Amino acid sequence: MQEVIKKRVKELFDNNTIVRAIGWENGEFFYDHTPAVFDSAADMDVFVYDNFCASNLSKYLINHCAPEGKTLVLLKPCDTYSFNQLLTEHRINKDNIYIIGIGCDGMVDIDKIRALGIKGITKITQNGDELVIDTMYGEKKCKKADVLLEKCLSCKGKKHMIYDELISENEDEMPQDASKRFDLVNELENMTSEERFAFWQNELSKCIRCNACRNICPACSCRKCVFDNSASGVASKANADSFEEKMFHIIRAFHVAGRCTDCGECTRVCPQGIPLHLLNRKFIKDINTLYGEYQAGETADQRGPLTDYTQQDVEPTFISDKEVK
Amino acid sequence: MQKIKLENINELLQSMAQIGKVYAPIEKAGQVNYYEWNKDAKLRLDVLNTVKSAKDVFFPQTEDLASFKTEGKEISIQAEKPLDEDFAVFGVRACDVKSFDILDKVFIEENTDEFYKARREHGVVISHACNEPEETCFCTTFGIDASAPKGDIETYTVGDTLYWLPVTDKGKEYSAKLGNILEEADESQVNKQKETIKAIMDKLPLKDVTTQAFGAGKTMEYFDRPEWKELSEACIGCGTCTYVCPTCQCYDIRDYDTGKSIERFRCWDSCMYSDFTMMAHGNPRKTQTERFRQRFMHKLVYFPDNNNGEFSCVGCGRCVAKCPISMNIVKVMKALGGK
Repeated sequence: MQEVIKKRVKELFDNNTIVRAIGWENGEFFYDHTPAVFDSAADMDVFVYDNFCASNLSKYLINHCAPEGKTLVLLKPCDTYSFNQLLTEHRINKDNIYIIGIGCDGMVDIDKIRALGIKGITKITQNGDELVIDTMYGEKKCKKADVLLEKCLSCKGKKHMIYDELISENEDEMPQDASKRFDLVNELENMTSEERFAFWQNELSKCIRCNACRNICPACSCRKCVFDNSASGVASKANADSFEEKMFHIIRAFHVAGRCTDCGECTRVCPQGIPLHLLNRKFIKDINTLYGEYQAGETADQRGPLTDYTQQDVEPTFISDKEVK
Repeated sequence: MQKIKLENINELLQSMAQIGKVYAPIEKAGQVNYYEWNKDAKLRLDVLNTVKSAKDVFFPQTEDLASFKTEGKEISIQAEKPLDEDFAVFGVRACDVKSFDILDKVFIEENTDEFYKARREHGVVISHACNEPEETCFCTTFGIDASAPKGDIETYTVGDTLYWLPVTDKGKEYSAKLGNILEEADESQVNKQKETIKAIMDKLPLKDVTTQAFGAGKTMEYFDRPEWKELSEACIGCGTCTYVCPTCQCYDIRDYDTGKSIERFRCWDSCMYSDFTMMAHGNPRKTQTERFRQRFMHKLVYFPDNNNGEFSCVGCGRCVAKCPISMNIVKVMKALGGK
C-alpha cells in the first residue's frame, strides 16, 4: 500500500492539486517513523506507511491548513473522526485540505513487544497473523493481535468518515471485538470507590507532567492551555502533591468530554503507560447512557451532546435513574 | 570481588536497607522507575532503562525549598535543610552513572547547590552492567563502557549470580557494613561476561553515531542551519524528552499559595515548553523550532562550550524510545552532522 500511496501523492504534486502533504517519514529503525510535511514529489521518497504509523496526523492541520495552496493529509479510519471534530470546532478549514483515506490493519505497539522481554529488536516481518522479530539476541515470534496498540483493540471499524479519495482495501470490514470497548470501564465501575481511588492513585502517581497526552490530543486545541498560564493559579510544571496528579488529568477529561473521539493517542504517547483513555471512555459511556449513543467526529455537522440543548436532555436529578455509576 | 545468588537478592537488599534507604528500579503499575525499596517492592534489575532516569534520586522532579508564613505583622521563613542521611541507589546503568558527572558540573563545580551536593555526598552509587543492551543504546558514542559501569560499587549479573565489586573508598566502606551477606568470589566469570558485553556493544546498530561534527565553538556553524525547521516540524512541544533525560538539568522555582502559607518549590523545567524562561517581555524563543534547537544545541554545542568539550548526552536512548513522534538526538546528529 505504501507504494500506491506514494505514487498517488506524487501525482497530486505533479498536477498541482496540492502544495504539501502530511504523512510519515522513515526513521532510524524500522519502527520509529516521524510525522512529516512533504513539500514536493521528490520529498516523498522517504515516505513510509506500515504497521508503525500510529500517529494521528489530523491535529497538524491546525498549523498547516492556513498557508496558501492545498495541504494533503493521509488519514486512517480512526483519524477521520478527529478530523471531523476539528472541522466541527472550526479549528481547520476543509477548503484548504485534500484527504486521502488510507486503509489500516491495526498498528503495532513496539513497547508491547519489548514488554514480552524481547530486546535489541532490529527487524519485524509480518507473516499472516504472525510477526517474525529479528533481534540482536536471535529470532522471536509473536501474534500481531497480541501486540496491537491499545487504541486498535477497540477499533471503530475500517470505514473513513470523511475523505476526498480512498486508498483502502477493507473499507466495509467491521471490527470483531468493538463490543469490548467498555469492558475496562465496567470493571472500574464495579469496584468500590476505595478500590477505584487506589487504581487511579497508583496509575496517576507515575505521571511526570510531560504534557504529551495533552499536546498530542486533537481535542486539546486551545491556543493557550490554562495549565500553561502562570496567571491562572493552577499552572504547575510538576505535581506538587497527589491531588495535583489527579487534577490535571480529570480536568482534561472533563474539558474534552463530548468532543473526545476516543482516538487513543493519549495512552499511546504516555511515557509512563497510564491508561488515560479510560477516563475519556467513562465519559463517553455515560454520555451514551444519558443522551443516547453518540460518537464524536462521526460527521462534521452534528451538535455535541454537551454543547446542544434539547427538551429530551436528561435532568441532572434523573441521572440516578439511568444507572450511571 | 564478592557474590550472592540472585534468588537471595532480597536478603542483600534487606541488609542494605538497614544501613540506609535504598533506591532501585522497581515496577509499579507496569512501569519501572527508581523508588525506595521495601520487601514488598518488585525489583526489576533486568530492565535496562527505567522511565525516569536515576537523576531523580539526586535531583528530584520536585523538592521544597522554603515555606513562608505570616502571623499578624510577623513573617516567618522556614528553609528546608539539605539531606543528612546516607542512602544507596542500586542497579544504575553505566549511562546513568556518567550522567551524575555531568550534573555535578552544573550543580557542584560552578555554583554549589547545597541540596544536590548533600545528596551526592550521602548517596552510594551501585551500578549494574548491561548484559543485553538495546538497539536504542548509543553510550559508546560518549566513551561509556556498559561492561564497566563505574560508580562506587559495580555489580554484574552472570547466570544466577550477582557479582559485587567495590570501586571507590565510599563503596568499600559501604560493603564492609554489609557483614557476611556476600561471599568471596574470583573474577573469572565476570571477566568472561565483560567480553560478551563488549562483543555486543560492537554490533549495536547505533555504534557509529559520532559527535565529531559537534562540540565547543560551533554555535555559529549550527545555529542557522535550515534543517532545524524540518527536524522540529512534527514536534508537539511536550516535555517527554527532557523529563526522561538523565542529563537535562533545567529547573524552575515557583511559589505555591496553600492559603495558609507560601511554599517555595523547585521543579524540573523543559525548554520545549512555551513558558520556559518566560520574562516580562515574553518568551525569548517564540516558535517550537527555536525551542527544539535550544535543546539540541545545549547538549551538543553550548554545554561543551562551558565544560571543556564534554557533551551533555550519555546515549541512554530514552528519548529514542519515548518521544511521541520519534524525533530524537540521534536523528538530529545524523541530519546535521552528515553521518
